[in-house]
Amino acid sequence: MTSPLRYLLQALNFAVFMAIIGYFSANPAVRNLEEGLAQVTLAIGHAGQPVRPCRERTAEELAALPPNMRQPMDCPRERSPVIVRLIMDGKPILDMTVNPPGAFKDQGIDIYRSIPIPAGKHHFVAKLKDSVREKDFNYVGEKVVDLAPADLLFIDFHAQMGGFLFK
Amino acid sequence: MRGINDLKPTSNPIKRAYLYLEEWFNLSFGEKWNPLYHLGPLTFFFFWIALVTGLYLFIFFDTTVSGAHASLEVIINEQFYIGRIMRGLHRYASDAAVATIFLHIFREFSQDRYRGIRWYSWFTGIPNLWLVGLLGITGYWMVWDELALFIAIGSSKLMDALPIFSDSMARNFMPGNLGGRFSTLLAFLHLLGLPMFLIFMLWFHVRRLSKVEISAPKGLAIGALLALTVLSLVVPALSHAPANLSKVPTVLHPDWFYLNIYPLAKDWPAGQVWLLVGGITVLMMFMPWLPKKKTGAVAVVDLNHCNGCGQCADDCPFDAITVQARTDGAKWKNEVVVAPQLCAACGICTGSCPSSNPFRKTSDDGLLKTGIDMPGLPLDQFKRQTDEALAKLEGDIKIMAFGCDNSYDVETLSAPNVAAIRFFCIGMMPASLVEYALKNGADGVFISGCRHGDCYYRFGNHWMDMRIHGERKPALRARVDRSRIRIFGAADTDGKKLKKEFQAFCDSLASQPPPTGAPHTTAQAEEARHD
Ligand code: HEM
Repeated sequence: MTSPLRYLLQALNFAVFMAIIGYFSANPAVRNLEEGLAQVTLAIGHAGQPVRPCRERTAEELAALPPNMRQPMDCPRERSPVIVRLIMDGKPILDMTVNPPGAFKDQGIDIYRSIPIPAGKHHFVAKLKDSVREKDFNYVGEKVVDLAPADLLFIDFHAQMGGFLFK
Repeated sequence: MRGINDLKPTSNPIKRAYLYLEEWFNLSFGEKWNPLYHLGPLTFFFFWIALVTGLYLFIFFDTTVSGAHASLEVIINEQFYIGRIMRGLHRYASDAAVATIFLHIFREFSQDRYRGIRWYSWFTGIPNLWLVGLLGITGYWMVWDELALFIAIGSSKLMDALPIFSDSMARNFMPGNLGGRFSTLLAFLHLLGLPMFLIFMLWFHVRRLSKVEISAPKGLAIGALLALTVLSLVVPALSHAPANLSKVPTVLHPDWFYLNIYPLAKDWPAGQVWLLVGGITVLMMFMPWLPKKKTGAVAVVDLNHCNGCGQCADDCPFDAITVQARTDGAKWKNEVVVAPQLCAACGICTGSCPSSNPFRKTSDDGLLKTGIDMPGLPLDQFKRQTDEALAKLEGDIKIMAFGCDNSYDVETLSAPNVAAIRFFCIGMMPASLVEYALKNGADGVFISGCRHGDCYYRFGNHWMDMRIHGERKPALRARVDRSRIRIFGAADTDGKKLKKEFQAFCDSLASQPPPTGAPHTTAQAEEARHD
């Protein structure tokens, strides 16, 4: 084949290659959030309370234990499931019960949930129950927020800081 | 003629698809520049571009979370076109590397070059896939734009699903936090850790191959660089809006070469994404054994016929042969040894051995011996087959055809006046066998094998070609009439072309006076031996 034709073919091949690179380096686009929506993200890292209350060990009991295991409190390993409910304008938008992971059901739970919601003013109530011994939700937080499209309402949870934190 | 054909690959559609693509590139670039023949070096070349442009960007780049995005805007907008070209090249060369890596995988897979002893190259290729992927991900993350935030949250979800860290990573990316906890780690990984590790793993990847081509042909490299530069100017590589942790990115333009799992991670539970990615990785890792490739018996050295010249060690494409000090007390200084676990049983070494000469006298046991032989098809056997085939030929123009197991089957050329013999690789054919055939009744010798520029065993057809043209030892003697020899490599899909070429060869032989070849004498044999 003559070389001018060959160079032309090479240019054509490079053009196709570059078109593929150029296109897929940024396309097709991905919609992460529909137009007009905002998002609420709930992030909870928390360990449920023991299924039974802790009990103080008697002096005899402590003496019977090896010295390195003489803990004054006797707590069960198993933790309670954590129940979380998020209510927006009176309607639940999230309702979940998370069992503690681990072979002995003794570990903390992690929740990270994002929920798209219509933009606008909303009344949020977040509730959490972390003990089988409680009758009702023992952590409750609420807030009214006005969210523009693409705004993020981040609901964090810290038991030591009193529970829910709206950011 | 050999009768065993269990090694012959069948023509599957994936293989054919690859061969047609290769043919198209041969047409456009020629064999020398065919990008499919240089995918490894091309990938290296793209890495080089990324490295050089990366160093440029790094001079101006602010690796902190608060400064990253703005510093890139400066590079893009305030450096005439240089910054734009540099960033474009950095991004697009990295993308091109992924494309060539996938073509590389497609090639090795479709041509069945991933099993047998090649399990090693295949297996050690896979970590590179991860490293390159992580390099791209960390690169986009450093920009700290909306896309980076999307990556950060997606990555966090994926990491949180693994039982490694007790703290949730996703919670780092909440309003009020800078999200900067990872920026130092990211910069370290992207700028130093991953590239170093990648270089190390690539060294491993090609360790069991000899004469590895590291640099792409100049013409191809220049073409690619030019094309990437044009692309950088036509489609500038831009950032998304700066990351804002109080906002949700709405529409994203991910780089699908690197960020393909993130759109998936958005909609799928993290566990399923891991299952998919991990599943593909594990499947790929086991592919060389699904099913295992039957490799023939490995090469065997016969020290009685080896003078330790080391030509086979030099020709072996898989570094399976080494030269060492003589162990049998013979007068020669060296001998060669075969590492069986590295031997692909291609037989190229038999073709390299100066002792593989059909003109030589047989040993006392009546067998023709050589210094390094293939138990699956020893020299003595294919010399006898050649004798028998030549004896049976009838017609005006008698042709001996030699081919290999991995290309278009030369046995389809068989006719009363045409006999064909297939080797494991055409590089296994001693050049002297061509002269032998011409001296013993053949009017012409037609040599096929894999397409020129490509060989199932990397160098077999190349070495053969050089030996026939007197450019590599053991070479065909200069006095042999080259017009009676035709070399034409043909893949499974090249049947028509091969037959056309064969016909042209027949026609050219018909127009020549008959050869003067007479049955060989012992003196000739001696001469041939010392050639
Ligand atoms: C990350 C980038 C990669 C680079 C730069 C690269 C580069 C190379 C190079 C330079 C060779 C030697 C080619 C030759 O000289 O004949 C090679 C061989 C090979 N590569 Fe890769 N490779 C990469 C990734 C991969 C991956 C991901 C796989 C498959 C999973 C793979 C599979 C193979 C195989 C099977 C061979 C052996 C080919 C033969 O024996 O003829 N490579 N690679």
